[in-house]
Amino acid sequence: MGLPNASEDLSSEMEVDAFRRLFPLRYFERHLTESIRPDARPLRKARDTTIALGAVASADGSALAKIGSTTMLAAIKMEVMTPSLESPDEGCIAIDFHMPPICSPIVRPGRPAEVAPVLSKQLSDTITSSGMINLKELSLVSGKAAWMAYLDIYCLDADGALFDAALLSAVASFSHLQIPVVSLDYDGKIVIMSEEQKEENSETKPVNKEKRKLTLSTIPFSLTCILHKSYILADPTAEEESIMETLVTVVLDSSGQLVSLYKPGGSVLVYTSAVQDCVALTRQRVKELQNILDDAISGMEID
Amino acid sequence: MEIDRADGRTPNQLRPLSCSRNILHRAHGSASWSQGDTKVLAAVYGPKAGTKKNENPEKACIEVIWKPKTGQIGKPEREFEMILKRTLQSICILTVNPNTTTSIIVQVVHDDGALLPCAINAACAALVDAGIPMKHLAVAICCCVADTGYVILDPTKLEEQKMKAFAYLVFPNSILSVLPEVSSPAKGEPVEHGIITSITHGAMSVDDYFLCLERGRAASAKLSDFLRRSLQSQFSGNSSKAG
Repeated sequence: MGLPNASEDLSSEMEVDAFRRLFPLRYFERHLTESIRPDARPLRKARDTTIALGAVASADGSALAKIGSTTMLAAIKMEVMTPSLESPDEGCIAIDFHMPPICSPIVRPGRPAEVAPVLSKQLSDTITSSGMINLKELSLVSGKAAWMAYLDIYCLDADGALFDAALLSAVASFSHLQIPVVSLDYDGKIVIMSEEQKEENSETKPVNKEKRKLTLSTIPFSLTCILHKSYILADPTAEEESIMETLVTVVLDSSGQLVSLYKPGGSVLVYTSAVQDCVALTRQRVKELQNILDDAISGMEID
Repeated sequence: MEIDRADGRTPNQLRPLSCSRNILHRAHGSASWSQGDTKVLAAVYGPKAGTKKNENPEKACIEVIWKPKTGQIGKPEREFEMILKRTLQSICILTVNPNTTTSIIVQVVHDDGALLPCAINAACAALVDAGIPMKHLAVAICCCVADTGYVILDPTKLEEQKMKAFAYLVFPNSILSVLPEVSSPAKGEPVEHGIITSITHGAMSVDDYFLCLERGRAASAKLSDFLRRSLQSQFSGNSSKAG
């Protein structure tokens, strides 16, 4: 406090809102020295997180995930396809991340957001390398038919930590996924069985009566942290992300394996101790998220 | 535990490096960097007046254009562009030329594994060639983790596909300064140990990641030496020509 500094001196005379706009970095640093953030969170605490399963009735699996006010809607549509020759008994997953203009003032209509393709690549990398989904489970008839899962994630409100919320909604929608019942007709074609067909026990037998759910072996969860000087801030808001640029995203799966440690540049260099801190924070967060997801799933089963 | 590498290298051995600068006449700065068969060409244009939309005009803006060897630019290339842009932003001094844009065009000549690290090294050498003000140099390295937890450096494309996981790491190059030693920000750790960029693919244990970091740091020292030597020798070569 004793240091003579122009903005510090002004801060006693100026309105808080004006100070926040004129000297955003100093405004944040003043909070950080008091170990608190402008939204009254401690530095290493994530925002409140909720998951609602089955948000889209027309999709085969869907989920709405909210981390603070960051909102992601994920929905899966299943389609039957012919598997490729290299992997005749494997299905396929196609992940797409959309940022419509309603989600943020930065996104302009007509022009896709720069981060959208990067995030969808990051998401599909994370989901494939975590080994959460065994693609063999998506097979129907080896070499003839397999499931193609189209996962679309829509960002409804972009208020920081986009990847965390997107991954959470993706994982939740996979755990909600109900694979439709299909049968082979006389021409050897796959047809989706309607409700009546299931009840009247027609001659066409369902191909996949038992495997309606995917077994998710290890579920990846992520936490994004901001590094600023020696502070570590978990789960940043959009405002924090725009002021302090160094972001580290750690993805751990439920068995504690490191799926991804993603730090694209940023002015702060990460040393081993900071990496360990981020990983430790993510470990805690994985437990929290696992509980939230379990609660959401058990809530669905009661209904 | 030993893994035989197809080209007979030891696990920590890098492929032969080569770097040449000032190879394009029209560009303000250019460099080609190759590690074994992976070769990348980088050209720098700028600083040009004005920044793009949504960029801070109080700082210099960095723009990266990735040109694949063949075909259209897709999602992986967009990701590379973003990573490269953020990495270069962190090593350049952006306040020297405010409201300007510097374009870096990266042309892949051949991809035989460790493409992104190779591109980062090439871009860094090209920025030096163009005389863009930088805080320090950066060197990038790729580490692969095998199923047995064995780490190899600088993999070829075939090795990258066979391995369980790999990490691209970018470390800063130590600053040689005439000024007295500036105290490093972290307790006791030298600046070269800080990570600028870290990208991983595939699942590995946390310990394996730290092993990668350790190996990567050791190798990055060698890479730094090479980069510095090749930059210096070409600078002295140029001045003798001029004189």
